[in-house]
Amino acid sequence: MARTPPAREPLSFAQQLDRLEEIVRRLEAEELDLDEALKLFEEGIERLREARERLTTAEAQVKQVLSDKAGNFKVEDFDG
Amino acid sequence: MGQSLDLFAAVSPDGAWTVTQVMRRARAVVEAGLLPLWVRGEISGFKAWQSGHWYFALRDRTAQIRCVMFQKDNRRLPAPPQDGMQVFLFARPTMWEAKGEFRLTVVDLLSTEAGGLWQVAFEKAKAALAKDGLLDPARKRPLPPYPLRIAVVTSPDGAALQDIIAVTARRWPVAQLLVLPTRVQGEGAERDICAALALLCRIEGLDLAIIGRGGGSREDLWTFNHERVARAVAALPVPVISAVGHETDVTLCDLVADVRAPTPSAAAEAATPDRADVLAELAHLGARLARGLAGRSARMAERLGGTFDRLTGTLERRLERHRHELSGLAGRLDALSPLKILERGYALARDEQGRVLKRIAQFPSGLRFRLRVTDGDVAARAGES
Repeated sequence: MARTPPAREPLSFAQQLDRLEEIVRRLEAEELDLDEALKLFEEGIERLREARERLTTAEAQVKQVLSDKAGNFKVEDFDG
Repeated sequence: MGQSLDLFAAVSPDGAWTVTQVMRRARAVVEAGLLPLWVRGEISGFKAWQSGHWYFALRDRTAQIRCVMFQKDNRRLPAPPQDGMQVFLFARPTMWEAKGEFRLTVVDLLSTEAGGLWQVAFEKAKAALAKDGLLDPARKRPLPPYPLRIAVVTSPDGAALQDIIAVTARRWPVAQLLVLPTRVQGEGAERDICAALALLCRIEGLDLAIIGRGGGSREDLWTFNHERVARAVAALPVPVISAVGHETDVTLCDLVADVRAPTPSAAAEAATPDRADVLAELAHLGARLARGLAGRSARMAERLGGTFDRLTGTLERRLERHRHELSGLAGRLDALSPLKILERGYALARDEQGRVLKRIAQFPSGLRFRLRVTDGDVAARAGES
């Protein structure tokens, strides 16, 4: 049976880093079975990969927010 | 007739002036003789009327002049003057016909005291904000460490915005900047800023806001000292950095913000982590992760190794014991082998079918049988008994 990673909530970057810290701390400090340790390690690697990807694929984006008379607002590219 | 004064002629309807005529003439004389001028003195009996006009006296030790400053002129000032304040007035001298008073119509008013009216207005608004707890240091929120959406409230064509964009792109391109364009100086700029701040409150998923402008004169920066602006900044749902570019003058906006930055560039620096640092931190975490697992495996292997040793040790000891038992058994088996008995000279009689013949009754006269001796079989026959 193919292993599917457990479904995860999308985390904010800060939460992702926090989770990574937690994984590392547990791996370093706790007595875990090999199975548990491996699972944590795999999740850690995955988080690490995601975080790196977020950091390296990002490209500075500048938008401007404008409102019309009716009070609606729209977001468009800013070219200043 | 002599030089007598004809009192009656002087009071005749034709010879006397009306009050209005006198005042009108006096006013014309005053206005022609005293052109608009700067006057200095101390404010006294200040009163602001419902109409928005200000009335007060300007005085020194020996004289005083009644003054009025109309709403259309005083609305440019940050605050009304206070009694006892030393001021310079630019004013047109005139006669106030309705009251028969000499009067100054004030066009501009400058306080000679440190900070002047700006200071008065500032202190007043600051006291109001403090009263509502908006300057309480406990209100300051920490900035999020990794902001992904940053709102920027500033002029769309100022250097401030360009600086913020440049610094963010260099340090933390991970973030999206949302610019809320607004005027930052001039009459009514505070309304613009408040509108932009209200708009900001409706944007979802914001992590942080920066509000500011580049340096300017005290009057230019004044927009950020409006109590309304300060209250709108204090009410923002996300942490806010104020950067009203002036090292020396702290604005009310600076005071209510969670963090004050001296310049817009500094605000962008404070808002963002450096991507290189965060990548290094990730690499460090990666190394710890690998070491963590390796350490875990080593400890596991150690434990497993111990178990293995104990296990194999037991097995070996058991095997050893079995080996002893086995060799004993083998000796006993060997001793029991019938071949050993034959060696000692015994023989085994078996019929043609190989059955062992053990009793006399099994040997009828003439029976052919075989004798097994130590080195082979011998054919035999039973004789007469």
